[in-house]
Amino acid sequence: MVIAQFKTFIEAIGSATILNVQGLGSICRFILKFFYWILKPPFRFKLLAEQFYFIGNKSLFIITLAGSFTGMVMAYQTYFGFKLINVDSLVGSVVAISLAKELAPVLSGLIVAGRAGAAMAAQIGTMKVTEQVDALEVMGIDSYQYLAVPRILAATLALPMLSIVFLFVGNVGSFIVGTVALLIDETMYLSKLGEFMFVGDIVQGIIKATVFGFLIAVIGTYFGFNVTKGAEGVGKGTNLAVVWGMISVLVLDYFLTSFLIQVL
Amino acid sequence: MNFDNPAIEIENLTKEFGKHTVLNNLSFSIPRNKITTILGFSGAGKSTLLKHILGLHQPTSGTVSVLGNNLKDLDPMKLREFRQNFGMLFQYAALFDSMTAVENVAFPMREFTTFSNEEIIKKAEDLLLSVGIKEVSFARLPSELSGGMRKRVGLARGLALNPHIMLYDEPTTGLDPITTQMVNDLIVDTAAKNSDRGMTSIIISHDVKATLRISDFVAFLDRGNIVEYLPVEEFKKSSNPLVQEFINL
Repeated sequence: MVIAQFKTFIEAIGSATILNVQGLGSICRFILKFFYWILKPPFRFKLLAEQFYFIGNKSLFIITLAGSFTGMVMAYQTYFGFKLINVDSLVGSVVAISLAKELAPVLSGLIVAGRAGAAMAAQIGTMKVTEQVDALEVMGIDSYQYLAVPRILAATLALPMLSIVFLFVGNVGSFIVGTVALLIDETMYLSKLGEFMFVGDIVQGIIKATVFGFLIAVIGTYFGFNVTKGAEGVGKGTNLAVVWGMISVLVLDYFLTSFLIQVL
Repeated sequence: MNFDNPAIEIENLTKEFGKHTVLNNLSFSIPRNKITTILGFSGAGKSTLLKHILGLHQPTSGTVSVLGNNLKDLDPMKLREFRQNFGMLFQYAALFDSMTAVENVAFPMREFTTFSNEEIIKKAEDLLLSVGIKEVSFARLPSELSGGMRKRVGLARGLALNPHIMLYDEPTTGLDPITTQMVNDLIVDTAAKNSDRGMTSIIISHDVKATLRISDFVAFLDRGNIVEYLPVEEFKKSSNPLVQEFINL
């Protein structure tokens, strides 16, 4: 009895491992296909522009809103902590570095994962279950090149730009709260900002955002292409795209940080 | 049945998914410039066979030749180009839901021809008119069209590149009797209009009545094999009990 239960337990672990390794392999193949198809004509600039508009321009409002309030909140929180040890003049630089290295790329990534990653999975998933993907294939058009490549490329290009916008408005928000509400001297705020913040901090954030953008789009399109079972499947695929997109951003952020700290 | 210079020739085609054999050593050919229907119960392997004809599935063993080309010999890029020989009307039309009717029809021409935009739009509008879509519906999205109109637009899109083989996947499933009749008439009209250039029509269906009315040849697929394949008049008189059961359903 105990041996049988143990055997079942081991089999379950084995099956789960096989499934996960297969899933990982499948995503790796999916990523490799991107590098193959991105070099192959026809180059679909119109689709790229449409996706760039959707992922970039249409996310601007929410990124601006999130960025400005994040900067403002950060200024408040940092100020009351720093005031205890009389270094409140460093609020600007601390907020700016936090935004540049972490908050701008990570929060922009989470927002894009929730917004565009979900949309990618839902759009492609719906096309899959309504045979629109098959229609492309029957016409002799590679559905991956037509649907996935422009989305992945657009997200990879758009997210760093959104992250820069986040960083800028976050600093503006922090500056306004710091100088108007918390009465930090403007000159002091800016001089400390210039003194402690380096280009490398911004570069680190841009690299992270680029990787996040790529990964979010890969996950969104992957789950879209793997949708099965009608409307329920589309909902499930969309849900998985958001969850795994967000988890990937947070997990990868740790590894990228530990790597980039050594390099930059 | 053997035909000279058939549109499609299938030899000893077997397809297995894991331990499950979907197509079992299947051999038959489909003549050019005729309407051939592949009938069968759900799960008989009709869709799998269709995907092999299109080169979307690779056989486990056997060969599929289309217009004299063994699909196995074509590399993926060539196969993709080769698919331009096919037009297809999907079960639910599979129109691109973000494009208008005219844009759906124009889409294959935009992808594969060098015509100017004006020429493409003109050709797409002519195709839509030829399948009975009125001008007022040209700019409508698929969601604004009825089921029958969607099928017409889907057919126009399938014909956009003047295919040599037109495939119909369950063309009348889910339609009311009047629309079913309309779609069947459209299939016959389309075959007649394109007969001068030798277009072959293949219908995958389980609609017996329509099949017997519009087809030239009928193949009956059961458990991955063709159990009967005859000209339509002979098919009606088939002594095969499975065929008779299907006809009398």
